[in-house]
Amino acid sequence: MSATPAPLLHVQGIGHRFAGAHDGHWAVQDASLELHAGEVLAIVGESGSGKSTLLNIVAGRIAPSEGRVLYRRREGDEIDVHAVGERQRRELARTEWGFVEQHAHEGLRMNVSAGANVGERLMGQGERRYATLRETAVRWMERVELDAARLDDSPRGFSGGMRQRLQIARNLVTRPRLVLMDEPTSGLDVSVQARLLDLIRLLVGRLHLSALVVTHDLGVARLLAHRTLVMRHGRIVEQGLTDRVFDDPQHPYTQLLVSSVVAA
Amino acid sequence: MNGYNFAYLDEGTKRMIRRSLLKAVAIPGHQVPFGSREMPLAYGWGTGGIQVTAAVIGADDVLKVIDQGSDDTTNAVNIRRFFARTTGVATTERTADATLIQTRHRIPERPLTEQQILVYQVPQPEPLYKLEARRRETLKLHAYAEYGLMNVKLYEDIATWGRIDVTYDYPVLVHGRHVMSPSPIPSFDNPKMHRMPALQLFGAGREKRLYAVPPYTDVKSLDFEDHPFEVLPQGHACALCGCATSYLDEVVMDGGSTQFTCSDTDHCREQQEAHS
Repeated sequence: MSATPAPLLHVQGIGHRFAGAHDGHWAVQDASLELHAGEVLAIVGESGSGKSTLLNIVAGRIAPSEGRVLYRRREGDEIDVHAVGERQRRELARTEWGFVEQHAHEGLRMNVSAGANVGERLMGQGERRYATLRETAVRWMERVELDAARLDDSPRGFSGGMRQRLQIARNLVTRPRLVLMDEPTSGLDVSVQARLLDLIRLLVGRLHLSALVVTHDLGVARLLAHRTLVMRHGRIVEQGLTDRVFDDPQHPYTQLLVSSVVAA
Repeated sequence: MNGYNFAYLDEGTKRMIRRSLLKAVAIPGHQVPFGSREMPLAYGWGTGGIQVTAAVIGADDVLKVIDQGSDDTTNAVNIRRFFARTTGVATTERTADATLIQTRHRIPERPLTEQQILVYQVPQPEPLYKLEARRRETLKLHAYAEYGLMNVKLYEDIATWGRIDVTYDYPVLVHGRHVMSPSPIPSFDNPKMHRMPALQLFGAGREKRLYAVPPYTDVKSLDFEDHPFEVLPQGHACALCGCATSYLDEVVMDGGSTQFTCSDTDHCREQQEAHS
């Protein structure tokens, strides 16, 4: 048996208290996880359980009060995301990582066309041929099942589902290795949600991405994630293979979560 | 003038501005903050340029001030007279004779020399301003040379208009490092900044920023490989001097007809004298 390759992402003992939080209140406490290449990990839990805070810490957007986030770069070396300088962290964020926001308008540039949105990361990496940018943008519009004829339209005229697709294209165009998603499908109606989830699952599989998906919707976790992690009050209460967690929940809180899903 | 220091500003202020200028020259295209003073001139009329000029002007300088290429518009006349009164230096309308030229919206047609300094009046020093309004963020974009955003704007122009639709204040990359606003000069003048023998100083009074391009520095207008930067031909010749290579103004004449004449009035005079 070959040795297990080192994980892509290694989160060690993360704890975070927001400034001004009253005594003993931790947004995230003692959170550790590993994410391997090609793996999709879901973080589920109710509102206020610390999911998004944990995601933002992994993304380097919030500096944790304690613990480390280690990331293995394309070159194979491991870096401490919060110990390296801001320059490197920003570089990672626009090359090796993608971040899909819950509200697409926060992750998009709403004042420029869809094509420019898709092309921005490429231009940031030094692509200086207009024709290449156009071709790539058209290809990605088609990939995320958007009408390529709307390449020059503003995302303001797009529906919620279309904006979310555009945001995904904009993030994946530079072939990131790790994609962080914060509630990518909430706020969309059910049929749009289902198609978007199909698309995400397809892309993640085809591009061999690793993804960390934060969601309060157990259906999303069930459909997308290989492994699932349940958070409550800032702590990880249970983690394991998605099917195991949902079919045989061990922790009383997970049992409550699973049993409170309304069957359609 | 009695009661006023040489060149209006007190020596401490001039020293402060010179210190910032030295830093600006050391980092070509980088915006350096400075303690901009109230000047006897409204913001938008060249309070930045006038402070830079006041800081570098010496008793044996010969000053020329131009506004849109012309020496005899209100802004140019006022600033020239201001320095004539507060310093007593010689002034000129001839580009060739000047050692110090303060300008608004143009670079003189006649090539400048190592003996000259060109001072620009700048309304908005931040080239990324329209794309990213947060100062904190633009500082970082400059610091980490993240200029993808600038090309997003150019991309949008080509997608919308089929060409880069910037005819003035066309952003440039200085010394291969900093993206800089050249102030609202026409893009026609951009190539003149590239490896110019004269020192170029930029002052933005309201925004309290200075920057500089030292002599013989690379200044490249941003573009795409397959949509290169180009100067559009003027399509006319000057009605007064016949020059077909200078930047032209369209002047409305009596009766509603229009006439194209050189925007640089000193250049036009030189051409007329050469041909008569």
